Amino acid sequence: MPSPETALSGEPESLLAVFGWYILASVLVIGFVTVSAMFLIWWERKVSAHMQSRLGPMRVGWHGWLQSIADALKLLQKENIIPARADRPVFWMAPVVVFIPAFLAYVCIPFGPRLIAEDLTIGLLYILAITSVAIVGIFMAGWASNNKYSSLGAMRTVAQMVSYEVPLLLSLLGVVILTQSLSMQTIVESQAGIWFIALQPLGFLIYITAATAEVNRTPFDIPEAESELVAGYHTEYSGMKFAFFFVAEYTNLFTIAAIATALFLGGWHGPLLPPVVWFLLKSYFIVFLLMWFRWTFPRVRIDQMIGLGWKVLIPLSFLNLILTSLVVLLLQGGSAGGVS
Amino acid sequence: MTEPASLLAWIAFVCLVAVTVGSAVLVVTLRNLFHAVLALIASLLGVAGLYLMLLAEFVAAIHVLIYVGAVATLFLFVIMLTVRIDDAALRQSNRQVIPAIALCGAGLALLLAALLAAPWTPVEEIRPPGVQQIGHDMLTTYLLPFEVVSLLLLVALVGAVTLARREDQRT
Amino acid sequence: MIPLAPFLVVSAALVAIGVFGALTRRSALGILMSIELIINAAALNLVAFSQHIRTSDAESTAGQMFALFAMAIAAAAAAVGLSIVICIYRNSKTVNVDKIDLMRW
Repeated sequence: MPSPETALSGEPESLLAVFGWYILASVLVIGFVTVSAMFLIWWERKVSAHMQSRLGPMRVGWHGWLQSIADALKLLQKENIIPARADRPVFWMAPVVVFIPAFLAYVCIPFGPRLIAEDLTIGLLYILAITSVAIVGIFMAGWASNNKYSSLGAMRTVAQMVSYEVPLLLSLLGVVILTQSLSMQTIVESQAGIWFIALQPLGFLIYITAATAEVNRTPFDIPEAESELVAGYHTEYSGMKFAFFFVAEYTNLFTIAAIATALFLGGWHGPLLPPVVWFLLKSYFIVFLLMWFRWTFPRVRIDQMIGLGWKVLIPLSFLNLILTSLVVLLLQGGSAGGVS
Repeated sequence: MTEPASLLAWIAFVCLVAVTVGSAVLVVTLRNLFHAVLALIASLLGVAGLYLMLLAEFVAAIHVLIYVGAVATLFLFVIMLTVRIDDAALRQSNRQVIPAIALCGAGLALLLAALLAAPWTPVEEIRPPGVQQIGHDMLTTYLLPFEVVSLLLLVALVGAVTLARREDQRT
Repeated sequence: MIPLAPFLVVSAALVAIGVFGALTRRSALGILMSIELIINAAALNLVAFSQHIRTSDAESTAGQMFALFAMAIAAAAAAVGLSIVICIYRNSKTVNVDKIDLMRW
């Protein structure tokens, strides 16, 4: 697989190969993202329904499995409504700015031993950095709609995402200390013996809590609390622009689950079945867990949520970080750390 | 000497420079402050791309995380809190535009003349330090600045909270 | 690898644009944004120099380290600067620096 270094300094022949590889990878990722998001939307409706002793969508296809495709077709035909005093260019750009980072994060997600678009040395940091760009898109949507519910929703979303990004990052650092690497593949490979959830139970708990808040799901779905804010920052969006937000949301949900799988649940390691299947099974299990949360916990108040982030999760993640580094230092004796 | 840059590298570089400098011009000229921040974000992403061209990928990622994820978000927050949507039509520059252009043009010319005349001797081969090297150096050679920056951030945190807090809440 | 000089030209241009913005913007927010541009230009310069010019491998991280510290300081400056802007707005209902001409209110 050609690397970008050869493309930047090499001869023209490798240029075509590199571009071909990038285009192939992009097409694969776009295909996966779309199909996965459509599957997750259907899955969420089914899970929610069965948890409430309902059946959920049943009309289109066997147990309604074609429902998402029907919904997508419906959204495609919808009229594009733009509010009269909206900031039109920003209103148009916002869904794209939300979607692109969600999509770009897949560059570094290790689906299998060789199945990763590009195993960057800073992979984990790259995913976290690129997904933080989506915050800007949410702000753009809230501002451009020129609607007080949208603005309030956007400000709440951003306050929440910024405060929960800190514990999210800190909880992952424990794993980085154990593996001494930011590359997703190295992290997965070093879990061949034991999954890091056994070594980092506190880190995993903090991560799952912070991640639930980061993708704005119940019990932390304050940004789009239907009963107070209509629908939050995407109140004014309809048709395909709304679909973009929706797909980005479920793409982020899968990204969060994939990071949890790669960092805590041993990634693609597993007996008998092929690695890719293991990775997907584990990731969808995490997604299922998050859906389960949705129907188990009531929505928290905004001050409780910000308080939980700053007063509980951040101190706990510092504790986790200190404990991990202490143990690593003690186990390695005087030879710990250092590259020279 | 390192091997000369390929055509692709030059194309990428020119695109990044166009984004960075073009958006920077928009940052200082747009009337709508919200749009100006969006241009600032585009410019910052361009700078992150330039870091990548310099093979400093760690700095690039931290740059995106801090600037786009935190600083630009702060700007957007404050703009939503302070700027009313009708303000977009207000004139945003003062009466010093012409002298400022003259001054900055002269400064730029001076800088460029100095930069391009200086006899830089680049290294034979570029070996960019890895993430581990950066981490190692940060906690050994640069430990004192690291601690000072931590203290500075703490002071800034407390200061920002104190400044932005409403005084009347205590009563 | 792109040679050193183009990077220096870009960062010089960014500094000039930033100074222009700081001189002409009426809004305190605009001035803060221009200052961010200037800091960015400086950090870009530092990284470019450290990758292209160095005397020993021991100092290979110096420029990147300075850039990282510059980012931390810029973030701190933005946080304090923006809270000052909020304070000013609360007291005088404007963030335009040419309207803020009272010592007391």
